[in-house]
Parts: sequence; C-alpha cells; structure tokens
Amino acid sequence: MTEILIKNGFVFDPTNKIDGQKMDIAIKDGRIVKKVNECNAQIIDASGLTVMAGGVDLHSHIAGSEVNLGRMLRPDDHVKDAVRKTALTRSGTGYSIPSTYVTGYRYSKMGYTSVMNPSMAAMKAKHAHEELNDIPLIDKASFTLLGDWWFALENIAKDDLDECARHIAWMIRATRSYAIKIVNPGGLESWGFGRNVHSLDDQVPNFGLTPRDIIKGLAKVNTMLNMPHTIHLHTNNLGIPGNYKTTIETMQALESFYKGDKPVGHITHIQFSSFAGDNWAHFKSGAAEIANYLNAHNHMTIDIGQVTFADTTTMTADGPFEFSLYELGGHNKWVNSDVETEASGGIIPFEFKRKNAVNAIQWSIGLELSLMVKDPWKVFMTTDHPNGGPFYHYPRVFAWLYSRKAREATLKNCNKKAQKKSLLPTLDREYTLYELAIITRAGTAKALGLKDKGHLGIGAEADVAIYDINPETTDIAQNYKPVRRAFGNAIYTIKDGEIVVKDKEIVAVRPGRTIWLDVQTKEPCRIDDELKSKFKKYWTIEFDNYPVTDHYIKVPEKIGIKASV
Amino acid sequence: MGKIIKSVVCPICGCLCDDLEITVENNEIVKMKNGCAVCEAKMVHGYKSEERILEPHIRKNGKLVPVSMDEAICKAAQILTDAKYPLLFGWTSSSSETQHVGVELAEELGGALDNCCSVCHGPSVMAIQEIGIPTATLGQIRHRADLIVYWACDPWSSHPRHVERYTAFTEGRFEKSEFKGYVQKLKAQASQKKVALTMRRTQVRYQQADSQAATVEAPPQSLIRAGRKMVVFDVRKTMTADVADYFVKVEPNKDYEIFGAMRCLALDQELDVDVVGGVPVEYLREIVNVMVNAEFGAIFFGLGLTQSVGRFRNVEIAIALTRDLNRKTKFVVSPMRGHFNVTGANTVFAWQTGYPFALDFSQGYPQYNPGEFTANDLLRRGDNDATLVISADPGAHFPKSSVKNMLKHPLITINPDWNAISRLGDVVFPAQWCGIEQAGTAYRMDSIAISLKKVVEAPKGVPTDEEIIRQILEKVRVIKAQKTEKVEKLDDFGNKNIAGGN
Repeated sequence: MTEILIKNGFVFDPTNKIDGQKMDIAIKDGRIVKKVNECNAQIIDASGLTVMAGGVDLHSHIAGSEVNLGRMLRPDDHVKDAVRKTALTRSGTGYSIPSTYVTGYRYSKMGYTSVMNPSMAAMKAKHAHEELNDIPLIDKASFTLLGDWWFALENIAKDDLDECARHIAWMIRATRSYAIKIVNPGGLESWGFGRNVHSLDDQVPNFGLTPRDIIKGLAKVNTMLNMPHTIHLHTNNLGIPGNYKTTIETMQALESFYKGDKPVGHITHIQFSSFAGDNWAHFKSGAAEIANYLNAHNHMTIDIGQVTFADTTTMTADGPFEFSLYELGGHNKWVNSDVETEASGGIIPFEFKRKNAVNAIQWSIGLELSLMVKDPWKVFMTTDHPNGGPFYHYPRVFAWLYSRKAREATLKNCNKKAQKKSLLPTLDREYTLYELAIITRAGTAKALGLKDKGHLGIGAEADVAIYDINPETTDIAQNYKPVRRAFGNAIYTIKDGEIVVKDKEIVAVRPGRTIWLDVQTKEPCRIDDELKSKFKKYWTIEFDNYPVTDHYIKVPEKIGIKASV
Repeated sequence: MGKIIKSVVCPICGCLCDDLEITVENNEIVKMKNGCAVCEAKMVHGYKSEERILEPHIRKNGKLVPVSMDEAICKAAQILTDAKYPLLFGWTSSSSETQHVGVELAEELGGALDNCCSVCHGPSVMAIQEIGIPTATLGQIRHRADLIVYWACDPWSSHPRHVERYTAFTEGRFEKSEFKGYVQKLKAQASQKKVALTMRRTQVRYQQADSQAATVEAPPQSLIRAGRKMVVFDVRKTMTADVADYFVKVEPNKDYEIFGAMRCLALDQELDVDVVGGVPVEYLREIVNVMVNAEFGAIFFGLGLTQSVGRFRNVEIAIALTRDLNRKTKFVVSPMRGHFNVTGANTVFAWQTGYPFALDFSQGYPQYNPGEFTANDLLRRGDNDATLVISADPGAHFPKSSVKNMLKHPLITINPDWNAISRLGDVVFPAQWCGIEQAGTAYRMDSIAISLKKVVEAPKGVPTDEEIIRQILEKVRVIKAQKTEKVEKLDDFGNKNIAGGN
C-alpha cells in the first residue's frame, strides 16, 4: 500500500477540534496514521490549501428502483448533460438524476467519499444494491423503508415490540441495509386505497393504529436494536402549508425517549416540513418555530433539503404527496409506484424557480433553518438530491451559508413577495469553514454512527478532500465565488488511502464499499412455517427468494450489531 | 430418486413466477410443479432440444464449421472492431449481469445498443416518458384491486399464471379470489352450451348466432356486485375474455378513440355520438361508472396497444385515463411485459446510461432516439455494418427487409439453440439457458429483481453468455490497444513503416 503525507494544509477536523491549524496528515494502508516515513511516502504539498475529511452525505437518492424510474422518465433531462467516455471513466448522462458512474465521479470531484441512499423499498433492495455496485469511488449504505411495513404495523398495533424488533432486525439483514427509514408513517398504507393521513393521530385504515404509534414504536425498536443511526424520518403532511405544526408534534412525540446522551430521531429534508400559512396563497416560513424548538431540545437532528433553483426531478416514497403535487397542476409527468405491503413512491419533474413565490420561500426556509439552529451538530446540509436540486449544487448551498453577500445576491433576484417574507435579511450569521466541515462530514458521520468517517483522527479511514481555499488570505464571505468553485472541484480526493482525484480530474477508479448492518437479536426471528405462509400471503415473492444475497454486493462492509432484545 | 428444488424461478414471461418445484434426476429436469403449460414446455422439454448448439461455429466458405472458443472469440472481436458501426441487439432473455457487460461492450465499440423492447413495449416506455405512469407492484393489485381490466392482451395464453397469481383468482388481504365464481360460471356455461347445441341441431341457424355473438353485449349485472370484477377489451374474443365478467369487442385500431371517449365520460363530459370504436357509448358509460366506483382498479395492456395504429399514443391515453380516474378513486396501469428480462434490459441500460433502449455510443456518450437507433430502423436504413444478436431471434421475427440488410454484413449470434438467426450467423456461439443452467438476476414486469436459479449443469463446454460477452470485450480492448500502438508507430517512423507496424 502506498503511504501518503499531506503537508502543511489548513486542517478542519471538528471531531478532533482542529480548526484550520497548519498540520500534516499521514496515511498508510487506507487509514490515517500518526506518521509515515517521508522517504517512502508520496508527498502532497497542501500549503495554502484546506484539508478536510471526505464528505459524508446522509441523504441523497442515488440508486434504486425509484431513482431509476426517474432516469427512464426523463430523456429530456439527460440530453442536456452528456458525459463522454475516457480511457479511465465510463460514459453517462446527468442532469438531475445522473447515471450511476457519473454519480460516483461527480461526488468524488466534490471531495465526498460516503453517501447514504435513504429510501429503499425492501422488496426492491436487490435492484438498489445492483445499482450501488455501479457507483464507483464512494462508500454507500441504504435505509430500508419500514414505516408502513405490514409486519411492523401489526406488531406495533399488538404492542409486541420485541417481536417487531426481531422482524426488523431480520429485514435489515435481509435487505443489507443500514437504518430504519420512515416515510409519512401510515400515509403510505392509506395511499394503497388512494387516501392519506393528515395528523399524527389519524387512524391508519385497517390496522388500528396511528402515525404517532408507528413513530414511537419504531423509535423504541431502534434503541432496542442498538442501531448506530436514529430513525430517519420523513414527516407526515410533508409539502403542505402549515405542516410545521405536525413536524413539531413529531419531535415532541420523541422527547420522552431522550436519555441525555445521543439524539433519538432525525428529521430529513425538514425544509419541506417547515411550511407555515394556511394555504398556498398565504404560504410562509415556519423555520423560526422549528429552529426555536431545536435550540431548546437536544433529542433531534435534522437535514435541510435545500432548494437550489434547478430543473430537477422530485422523487419520494411518499406517493400521496407526489399525487397532491401533481394535483396542483402544471406537471405533465406523474409517476406513482406502490410497493405491496411496504411502501409507495412517486416522481414528478419539477423546476424550482426564483420568480415563483412558494419556491423562493422554500429556498429561504432551508437557509433560515441552517442559520437559526445554533448548534451545527444538529443540522446537516443536503438538497435531498434530486428533490431540492442535484447533489453537485452543494457548493452553491455552502456559499449561501458562509456568505451573506452570496445569499443577498440570490435573494435580490427572487420573487418580490418572497423577498418581503424572507427572514434572511435579519440573519447575520455566516458559517465558518469549521462549521461547514461539521454540517458536511463530521456531524453527519456522527449522526450516522460511522466512527471512522468524517474526521482525520488517528485510525480514521483515509478519506480526505483537499480544496483550493486559503483561509489565511481569503475572506470567504466576501470572495464567495472562488471558494464556491473550489468546493465543487477538489484539488485532491483521497479514498481509502488512494488518490482518486488529482487536480480536479479523476485519476483512479475503484469501487466503493456497501456498508450494512448485521443486527443480531438475542433470540432470532422465528422462521417457521407460520411465518413462511404469512410471507406467501403478503408478498408475491417466495420467502427463499426475498433476501439480498452476497452476490448482490460487490464490496461489502458488514458491521455487526448486538441488539438488546 | 430425484432431487427436488423449491422456489425455482420460471425464466419465460414477465410474470417470473418463483414458486416452481423442480425435480432433477441425472442432471435432467424430469418434473415441474406449479408452473404453467408454457413453463413446462421450456423447463421440462424445450431446453433439452436436439437443436442445441454445443460448440462455437464460424462460417467458412459459406458453411458453418465447428471451431474452438478462442478462435470464435477472436473472430467476433475482430468483426466488431473492424466495423464502423456495429449493432448489439437482443438481451431480453439474458440475465441483467449479462446486460450489464453488454452496455460496456457497446460503449467500448461506439456502436448501437438496442433490446427487444423496441419491437414490443418500446412505445409503452416512450409513452411513460411523455406523461409518466401511475403503477404498482403486482402484489398491491393482488391485495387491493376489485376491478381488473385487461386491454389488448391475452394473459390466459401469453402469461398463463398472471390471473391466478396476481389478479382475479388470487387471495389478497382486502380482496378475495373469484376462482369459485369462475368455476360456477364454467359449469353454467357448460349446460348453456348443451342447450345451445340442441337448439342448433333443431334450428340450424349458426350464421345468425355467430353474427349476434360478434356485436358487443350490454354490461352484465355482475359488474356492479361487490368483489373482484374482470373486464377484457380486445379485438377478438380471447381465452382471457372467456374468463372475464365482461368482454368488450373493440374495432381494430380504434383503441385510442375508445380511451378518449372513456376519458370524456370519466370527466363528466357529454358525447355527441352513439358508438365509438364499435362500442355503444351507453355501455362505455356503464364501464366508466364501474371504474369510478371501484376501490382500486388496475389496467393491464399488451401489444395490441403498442403495435397497432397510434402506437405510443394509445398507451399515453391509457395512462391519461388512469390519471383521470385517480382523481376519483385509486387506479393503476401496467404494461404486460413479455420476455422474462425485458424489464431488466430497460432497467440496466437506464442506470448505466440514463436511457432504456434505442441507444447509440458513436459520439462517445450515450444518445437515445427511438426511430433512429432502434434495431429495425437502423437495419432497414442499412446504417450498421455488423450485428451481434444475443438471446433473441430477429431471424424469425424481424421484417424481411431488416434481416436482408443484416445479412449483408457479418453477423454474430449468441443463443442456446439453433433458432433462425443462429443458422444465419457468421460466428455462432453456444450459450447456457439462463434460469435453467445459469443463475442470474431478472426483473419482473413490475421491476422487482428476482434471482434466477441454476438447477442443472450445462452441457460440457457451453459457457454463459455473460462469459462470452466479457471475453469479446477483453479481446476488443486488446485489438484496439494494438491498433493505437500501430498508429503511434506510424507517427514515430512516418508512413513507410506501415507493414512493419504489427
């Protein structure tokens, strides 16, 4: 294995409280080490450059049935962004949903090295893993949609959480997944007959329980299973004006689980769940209320799901939401894809426009939240790729966060009504590079429970990004453009101790790992004839053919977890 | 005693039934349980065909002669690299692992890549690209659908277990099977037939009876009952129509008009005509009422829509009707995909390139244009100068003009048996039967990935098609590398050293 020494860079490593100090980072055998022999090591002169751990994205739809249906749906989207084959890299297309290889290359060029694929229907897990295998250069993990799974609903309704936990442990293993994803709990099941739930206490038809029961039940199961990540929650009423109340209620419902050590829930793309106002005409931001709540409580983390003003493709397992979006009008393509006994899904191509009042306010909400939540370890940067905008627009979001000037420039061009309603002019905060490192790698890795990622301490995985930013000589808030450009094009990206991007170009291609949890319960899930016959009743696939086998994961990284049930 | 293997997946149609029980004796399938007649024909009898290709062949002096695998690979790679614009066609009866390497090969060659979808449900894919699709996995339909509409397809013959496993005759959580009702109906029909036969003997008026049967009957009372209902729209009375509660005979090529009329009715509009596409509007109104009152409805459509006048516009309006119905109730629509892994071909192509079929790599990046890069259009224009056919038989199914042009240039085939196209090939590879001798992944018609099983060993020396494609790809890379080397040498020494370059 090669040894690498990164010399004299300005290192930002919030996990180890390193804030821009000039220091060397030594790499050996794919890990960060204390020192290497300078004679043998490849030396990277990073003087005048910013060094961070490789980016860790905790919510980005990069693979799976839904994503691919979106790809198939939009030749109009690909034709404007074709990527040529080179001697090293494969060809492909963008724009809002890049093909698999292009996804890997573009993440790597931004200095990202790990990405979570947050929405995988269990039944379609094989497909998701096949695609993930084809995304090079980044480590990946998937979250299984379990919030509307019949086995879970029935056990929660019976109040048999032990059994529920055993089933979920089996499912996490069977789908090779990393976390419990809950999308519009109860809503997806109701959508089976074209209905939805509208509050935490609505009844889920045919199951005799409420969304509140599902969230609390699964949060409990999550702790019973000792999962590294919390429940990953997409709230009820997402995308509906006035939904910030539901969001706060959801967070309140989880308060009692907090033991004072680590968060118990993560609300994802919260921008879409922070709408105030009674209807679209009176649409406004609910960011202040959400931020106040978060500043007063420590049991939740969030990611923002920032809108970046792009012609993008919205996709979510929240089928009823996509239908209501379609009902709003103006959308020619609407995809709905229900998955038996588990989930649903929907896709609509959507263009977020600056001149549209609602879109511009949504843009503002995302930034308001990031700026008003004081603790950066609670709020993370995502665009909910591709929902708010494609992931390679991240540098734009960084600029809006670290530079007041940048966001004022954008706000000036937004819808006039939105400008008046926006809270951004009142917010002076500008993110530092240290804080940016938290919301893009250190914080996300911590929230995910990935101990060896997101930092540059001894023993960490040697995933490093080096950007052409000199914090000593540049005022990033004033000169936001070069810095933004630098974040989009890493000078170096190092993955597992190998240089994969050099001078903004891909120089080596290697497959990334697929991380999954081998959750072992004390008493395993009973796989008897009763379960098998139930299985046969619920699904159209035989029990034996359901689980994802080793064949589907090219480079696995299995993490053993001992559950407390 | 033979070995019994359970949960085997049937590699034939888009249903991918995965509950087969196969008995294997002496490396031979002797018995199959649970599968349909089509499955039995292939899995118990067909795959043992005497027409099996057992070794590679190359056409020499007009005759196919057996050669070694290496020679065949070299020849195939040479043909493909020499060609300016090769076409790689087929893929739908291969595993997605094979399709995966296929895209890489097409990209390396800068050729065209197309799958059988372009002659079956390609128009459906194009319609989806126009307006999207509200759809569901088959289990969702099984659990919830109380109205099943089969339009221009005959699953009873083409997907024999579709009705039994996924729609009308299956036990769902919220909807029960209608199989008992069907049996009763059969019994009633049998006695009716007896009566009719006696009547015919006495009155001898067949012709009148026949012409009466040809017109559309009024919707029966049974359509408004609770429980599962099945309606069939087709141009002729198929076997599926016999099973259905109601059969609507559509005038050929008038599907678009009927969908249009139904959309109007679903949106509470008035129609100024009495008959649309051979169906009285009052009947259509009743059917639309049944659709609107359904708890969960599903429309399945087949090649009758995609390959008749209107093509993708037919599918588009079928989807549009489904969207309209979703404003009033829950409705889904789904194409009846044919080959067991045609959905997989679309899926695999799409994740690697963004496009599901009709691909071109001549510019170094993927381009998509049905009508330009679809196999038949390429062939009929005579655009390509070599063809590789894998797991498909365009020899038997393509128009003569396409095949004629195909045969003007070298043809490589990869198929398990001597079908029409293999006999015409210049380089003919043997291959294992995917799903019988070769494991792999296939995508069901609702894009659920299912692992195919290997149940018997392939004959000695017969490789998987994945291996063949992989070896061709490697060889192509070697040849291309040599070529560039040659060019470089020319640059170094000038033009005189042309011969010595190699």
